[in-house]
Amino acid sequence: MIEIKNLNKSFKTANETIFALRDINLTIQDGEIFGIIGLSGAGKSTLVRCINLLERPTSGEVILDGRSLTELPQKELLQVRQSIGMIFQGFNLLTQRNILQNVCYPMEIAGYKKHDAVRRAVELIELVGLADRQKSYPSQLSGGQKQRVAIARALATSPRYLLCDEATSALDPNTTQSILDLLKEINQKMAVTIIVITHEMKVIDQICDRVAVIDNSRIAESGYVSDVFTNPQSEIARDLILPKANTTESMTGERRLRIIFDGEASSKPVIANLILECQVPVNIMFADTRDIDGKAYGQMILQLPDDMRQQERVLSYLKANKITFTKEA
Amino acid sequence: MISEMFQKLWDNGIIQMGVWETVYMTVLATLFSYGIGMPLGLILSVTDKDGIHPIPVLNRILGIIVNIFRSIPFIILMVAMLPVAKFIVGTSLGNQAMIVTLVIAAAPYVARMVESSIKEVDAGVIEAAKAMGTSSFKLVYKVLIPEAKPALIIGSVISMVTILGYSAMAGTIGGGGLGQIAITYGYQRYNNDIIWICIILTILIVQIIQEAGTRITHTTDKRIN
Repeated sequence: MIEIKNLNKSFKTANETIFALRDINLTIQDGEIFGIIGLSGAGKSTLVRCINLLERPTSGEVILDGRSLTELPQKELLQVRQSIGMIFQGFNLLTQRNILQNVCYPMEIAGYKKHDAVRRAVELIELVGLADRQKSYPSQLSGGQKQRVAIARALATSPRYLLCDEATSALDPNTTQSILDLLKEINQKMAVTIIVITHEMKVIDQICDRVAVIDNSRIAESGYVSDVFTNPQSEIARDLILPKANTTESMTGERRLRIIFDGEASSKPVIANLILECQVPVNIMFADTRDIDGKAYGQMILQLPDDMRQQERVLSYLKANKITFTKEA
Repeated sequence: MISEMFQKLWDNGIIQMGVWETVYMTVLATLFSYGIGMPLGLILSVTDKDGIHPIPVLNRILGIIVNIFRSIPFIILMVAMLPVAKFIVGTSLGNQAMIVTLVIAAAPYVARMVESSIKEVDAGVIEAAKAMGTSSFKLVYKVLIPEAKPALIIGSVISMVTILGYSAMAGTIGGGGLGQIAITYGYQRYNNDIIWICIILTILIVQIIQEAGTRITHTTDKRIN
């Protein structure tokens, strides 16, 4: 379990102090995939670096399995880092070492016997699907393959935690998908707790159990992905989930309803039933729904007719069927 | 047209000796310069404020010392360092004395060369190595030096050619080598052909060093092939 308590991080420049993180409190449970999402510059990369103390927090604590990392002497900190794997947007492989040697690197540092290190490296390279590329150098691989090597390397010392800093941001959609599948597989088969930093909703959507939305150096909200997606509380979460360009600013009046699909009502054809039963023509102004763990989540904005009675009928139908909705101003 | 003088020098093996002395001085001076300049360059890059183990005070002091030596023109530094050469090798004349002055002049240059090569190593790779629990010491010899190897080799070729140039200047104060032959038999006795022959031989040596360096870089750099 990773606990982050009252963490602050500021950088001093010549004339001013920049607050990168303010009052961060998070608990990451064993076995979960935890997402941290935010726009660039929000502080998410700094936050993930505070977990393994690549960045030292200005104040606050990082507690890993009950041990406060901020107080550890350097030597023990280096050992702790060997139990936290990390992968990066830029892969960061050693360019002068081949794939096998790259995967062996963390084991050399951790003092494995060469023979054992090579054996484990071969296994891991096979696990990530690059068995035939052991002797290749990073410059000979594609982005997706490099990230696979980076994952194998990060797993070499059998860490219990894996930090992913924008690990798929430099990859195309298909490759992103295969890397996400691999991460999910690792999480499930090897019981590795994964912390994912990203600016892509898709990544959170596909693999994360819980998410923290970070904005302007603070955590705007956090919770289960399904909750945050269906009912975002913060403006930044709404912006991330419903991209601004798609919102319906031109709509007028108080005739709009935002319907929220929370996964339970989704088995029914809600809108069709509503129209049939109320005999009211509604206009779908905006819709964004997605499938999460076999259930549909999302939002839809309906435009209702001007007639007050028709509106009442729609509202009472929604209430009667326990469909969450809000009136849009 | 080849003069009698050249014939005489060739027959007495003086030209051949000059080539040998030049190569000998250059190679040994380069080796010793790296012996001093390599650790110095590593310390400069590691202790820099953006380095892996910042020690600003040490970095500043070393930086100033290196700058002082680098700002003195070699021909002046060479004369000034003759007493030091005498102290170390017992003479202020000949190859060995010149190697001492060459090393004093070239080591700070090499240090800057090494420093800039090390600073070229991708910060992301260093960060990844740190995230895997690499200590600063291991970071230097397992990451910085191997990753900077191609740049270090290119740098060593440039340094070697510079040292070769310095060694020719050493000929003016009796340092031996092709430089001395060009001055003594060419310039002072008005034999232009001797000067030109020394120039051509020097060019050949530089070409060989450069070619060898390029090949080594190419075959060892894993980013290219």
